[in-house]
Amino acid sequence: MSKARVLVGTRKGAFILTSDGKREKWNVAGPIFAGWPVYHLKGSPADPNRIYASQTSDWFGQVIQRSNDGGKTWEVPGGGKAPGPEDFGKPPAPNKFVYDTSAETGKPLTTHQWYDGTQHPWEFKRVWHLEPSVSDPNTVYAGIEDAALFKSTNGGESWQELAGLRGHGTGPKWQPGAGGMCLHTVVLDPKNPQRIYVAISAAGAFRSDDGGKNWKPINKGLKSNYIPDPNAEVGHCVHRIAMHKSRPNTLFMQKHWDVMRTDDSGDNWTEISGNLPTDFGFVIDVHAHEPETVYVVPIKSDGEHFPLDGKLRVYRSRKGGNEWEELGKGLPDRDCYVDVLREAMSVDSLDKCGVYFGTTGGQVYASADAGDTWNAIVRDLPAVLSVEAQVIP
Amino acid sequence: MITVVLPPHLRTLAHVSGDVEIELSEKPTMRSLLDAIEARYPMLQGTIRDHATNERRAYVRFFACEQDLSHEPLDTPLPAAVVSGAEPFFIIGAIAGG
Repeated sequence: MSKARVLVGTRKGAFILTSDGKREKWNVAGPIFAGWPVYHLKGSPADPNRIYASQTSDWFGQVIQRSNDGGKTWEVPGGGKAPGPEDFGKPPAPNKFVYDTSAETGKPLTTHQWYDGTQHPWEFKRVWHLEPSVSDPNTVYAGIEDAALFKSTNGGESWQELAGLRGHGTGPKWQPGAGGMCLHTVVLDPKNPQRIYVAISAAGAFRSDDGGKNWKPINKGLKSNYIPDPNAEVGHCVHRIAMHKSRPNTLFMQKHWDVMRTDDSGDNWTEISGNLPTDFGFVIDVHAHEPETVYVVPIKSDGEHFPLDGKLRVYRSRKGGNEWEELGKGLPDRDCYVDVLREAMSVDSLDKCGVYFGTTGGQVYASADAGDTWNAIVRDLPAVLSVEAQVIP
Repeated sequence: MITVVLPPHLRTLAHVSGDVEIELSEKPTMRSLLDAIEARYPMLQGTIRDHATNERRAYVRFFACEQDLSHEPLDTPLPAAVVSGAEPFFIIGAIAGG
């Protein structure tokens, strides 16, 4: 029987939750990288035991970790201890994320907009998101703050910026959201290896059709009242984008406010907030087997990052948006004032589809029946930053 | 032999449990010491000095012989007591927390 594994990144380390296919009893392993914020962990679709993790700290910077055994052991790619003084020589450069400003492949390091509208230098801060290739365990993309996209083709030992994104021309209009100016979403088209989608807070969504060399903003239809021109080409605070692998031209978006969808690869977006009680939120995901079934967790507002009326609720649409049903069986009905951050929802591909989300209160909730009922599979972790579900044969 | 005291998080990252002993073949400065540490423990690259600027990270401090050397130029010679091994060189995470 297949097993479920859930990779959880928190403010103070990572945890790995495992269960059999029934997903009733869970084992909790961790903390891994104890004491460090772990923004994201994700396994390779081509090899689920190859997992990448972003371990990051304001004190000691960015560390990439890699596991080849499903999270039992970890190494810093390219960072192995030199056996002895005779081996010193010129070491590799693990964890090196440096914007590409070379004349051949890079772009000048210009400025972006600061909170007050002035221009501010681009500065590397951390890796928010790691997206392994759908076919090659050694190829992985990293979305970083300040926003840029990096790629590694050697298992994370070295990283090269895909500089066409940062340098395509609208960078001076990008600005940080409350979490910083982060590239937090990377979606790879499983049917077209040349097509990549990314999302940046607060710049918007972008698409490349040539493997990341050239990029275009895909924000037509988004409306954001916190920028001078609500319909501008860039400046939108996109919180998350989700795709069903069978329909790579259809994307679902949780924006700062508004839930949106596109059916033409982002060329045009339409609002699908419908009857949601509030359309602010961070997470969005799609059912593993039903491409028109979508999940969100409504959050009260951009000023009050907690559920409405202290009731934690997931909303599900089985019609691709607009018509949403409240899911709360097993979730707190009162006095709940946690947040659910943008990386903190995931689905598994078991039957029935499993749905998972983590909170800033340290709970990870799971549904083994596509959202009908919920249980906290762990309750008292540090604030949860990311949740990724895997199915292990 | 120079004794270096790493902060706990960097000890874990470097897979060492105690102080680190470093022998320098070059002129003993903070720069040559940091170069040697990063060569011996490549996983520490970028954690003490920024990858892009090669300067000390903002929340990292250097202490030795009861002195704060954090703001000294990296090419400053190490104190004689550090070079002789009588005193350790401390790499510290700033007290602000974390």
